[in-house]
Amino acid sequence: MTYRFRDLLALEPLTADELRFLLDQSKPFQEIQKHPLKKLATLRGKTVALAFFENSTRTRISFGTAASRLGADAMNLQAEASSIKKGETLLDTAFNLNAMKPDCFVMRHSASGAADYVARHLDIPVVNAGDGTHEHPSQGLLDALTIRDRLGTIENLNVTILGDILHSRVARSNIHLLGKFGCKFTLCGPAMWVPRELEKIAPGVPIRCVYKMKEALEDAHVILMLRVQTERLNDPPLSANDYVLLYQLNAERLRGANRDAIVLHPGPINRGIEITPDVADGPQSCVLEQVTNGVAVRMAILYLVIAGATESGTHPALEAKPKESANATD
Amino acid sequence: MLLIKNGRVIDPASKTDAAMDLLLDGEKIQEVAAAGKIGAGAGAEILDAKGLMVAPGFIDLHAHLREPGQESSETMETGTHAAARGGFTAVCCMPNTKPINDNASVTRFILDRARATGSVRVWPIGAASVGSKGEAISEIAGMKEAGIVAVSDDGKPIATAKLARQVLDYCRSLDLPVIEHAEDVSLAAGAVMREGVTSTKLGLRGMPAAAEAVCVARDVQLAELTGARLHIAHLSAKASLEQVHSAKSRGLRVTCEVTPHHFTLIDEDVTYDSRFKMNPPLASREDRIALLEGLADGTVDAIATDHAPHEPALKEVEFDRAPFGILGFETALALALQQLVHSGKTSLMRMVELFTMGPARVLGIERKIAAGQPADLTIFSTDRAWTYSVEESPSKSRNSPFDGRKFKGGPAATIVAGRIVHKG
Repeated sequence: MTYRFRDLLALEPLTADELRFLLDQSKPFQEIQKHPLKKLATLRGKTVALAFFENSTRTRISFGTAASRLGADAMNLQAEASSIKKGETLLDTAFNLNAMKPDCFVMRHSASGAADYVARHLDIPVVNAGDGTHEHPSQGLLDALTIRDRLGTIENLNVTILGDILHSRVARSNIHLLGKFGCKFTLCGPAMWVPRELEKIAPGVPIRCVYKMKEALEDAHVILMLRVQTERLNDPPLSANDYVLLYQLNAERLRGANRDAIVLHPGPINRGIEITPDVADGPQSCVLEQVTNGVAVRMAILYLVIAGATESGTHPALEAKPKESANATD
Repeated sequence: MLLIKNGRVIDPASKTDAAMDLLLDGEKIQEVAAAGKIGAGAGAEILDAKGLMVAPGFIDLHAHLREPGQESSETMETGTHAAARGGFTAVCCMPNTKPINDNASVTRFILDRARATGSVRVWPIGAASVGSKGEAISEIAGMKEAGIVAVSDDGKPIATAKLARQVLDYCRSLDLPVIEHAEDVSLAAGAVMREGVTSTKLGLRGMPAAAEAVCVARDVQLAELTGARLHIAHLSAKASLEQVHSAKSRGLRVTCEVTPHHFTLIDEDVTYDSRFKMNPPLASREDRIALLEGLADGTVDAIATDHAPHEPALKEVEFDRAPFGILGFETALALALQQLVHSGKTSLMRMVELFTMGPARVLGIERKIAAGQPADLTIFSTDRAWTYSVEESPSKSRNSPFDGRKFKGGPAATIVAGRIVHKG
């Protein structure tokens, strides 16, 4: 079986087999993260454009690290310093970066569908690093990898997502991935952020919206927290105190979930708002594993869209242990 | 002299559906008679309409011609050329030009440009408020004298209920219809499509159907209070239609129009392609069914295009950043045939009414085929197979979601004041 990923724009159109393949391909890259020398020569001579039209620290550094550990070079565009401030259109910026001949275009943008739009006009692979409130595919993959590591499976789990789900690309990518493996979803948060329409965004996937934390956590295997975007607290005007009262994940509430339930958070965490420090730092929390796994998943993504791979082929991380010579890319 | 022979005349005003010939003498229809009864006089041009329908000239109540001020998207010349190709003989142009058509000088400029460069009749709509800002009433009487046929702050509703009431009152005394773009702007703020499962899935901000219906409710109440003529533009929601229906049954002078895109497409058709972005946005499956029923049962008075050209540099951007609106002239009739007539939803007669007598009544004028009437005619086919290619459009813009769509039937010839302005 050969899987071709021209772009990675969303998880929604991918099949369970394709998603499993992506996760499996990430596995050997996870091992690389533990190695004292982490750099491979797999993509030596290749260039990855990191075009972040919306501010991001974690995801940009994670993709940059992934590119570098594969031996590729990265070129960086940051919204603050770029000509989009001077009125250049998204497409013109993309064409200009493309003219410097990168092999892949990783982009984040505040408009939903922006990666899809750019991909229609570029002849190189486009990887969506988050588009508006639509999808964040690499986050969905790293979450699934983290869950699989901790619980041994991503099949038939009860997944509870808490927070501003309407505006969350992370929630959508998780639903579209885990939903293909028989997971059931309970979405919970203030009603304005958890509209009933969410129950129908992935046909065939059981999704229910509830508004009481106790009900949401019952029997949960996975609790996926979302960052409460403080700017969102103004639209609608909602008091942070009220949010804490109703939806903050604390130790007592967590006891209402499955005993072995794990807690994920895409970061950055607002300690004391959506989650208490003892839970964020507790044994059930996977927050830092998520970050580590993020690099592995992004290595797999870059490797697959740039070099391509077959299921029977040798994985680059197994083929050659990193060694001194492969480390010298310059 | 122009003799149109062998056609099938369809005239809702006189309920005529018969094989008839027409003789046009300059700007007027001179004679209408059974097929073969009019002899072609010496020097008369003959237009053979064999196999074609001959209807009164189509009127579009709602279009944006962009001149003055946005000539890179459309001009009077290119817009009316596209209108002629679409079978329209008269086009009402909205006042949101640059400058806004809120005084007689701008109205006269538009009419002068239309006379100098236009292919079809242009009937300007004046702004209801100065600069369409919703603060002070514009010089409506002056604009009426210059030639406007209605007022509207299109692009948005008249800002406050108080001003809307005053405009309605004033326009009742001037006998002008007030055309409302019904939208509660606070409910619609930031939205780029209709709120629903599709907007939720795509992560695009949605406006609920209530954004329109809330404003329709306000305006219907004010129409009742004032007794004025209220026309709801590009109505898209079932809830709005029910209010228009109720207003009509109470005897209020409330009318409405529906666009071809709203009776053809729904929110589920929306992709990140900005050619699917318009305001009001594509509505729900249920709304479309209700619109089709309203078009058939008479609740809807007119089909209007909301032709809204935007040059590629403006429209071909991220969905969130793209302006609202699509081209409409050249696909309106073909979509109506496809969605209303060929599908069996309405008769051909009713469809013609929605393009002719219906909009004429909204404007308070007549539109029929009879001796002495203006020689404005729309001749069309109901069976010719063709494919719409936006590249061939005379419009300066390319923003149509219907590019490449296959049709059965469409405009064949457009006659304005006895002159053939389009022949396809």
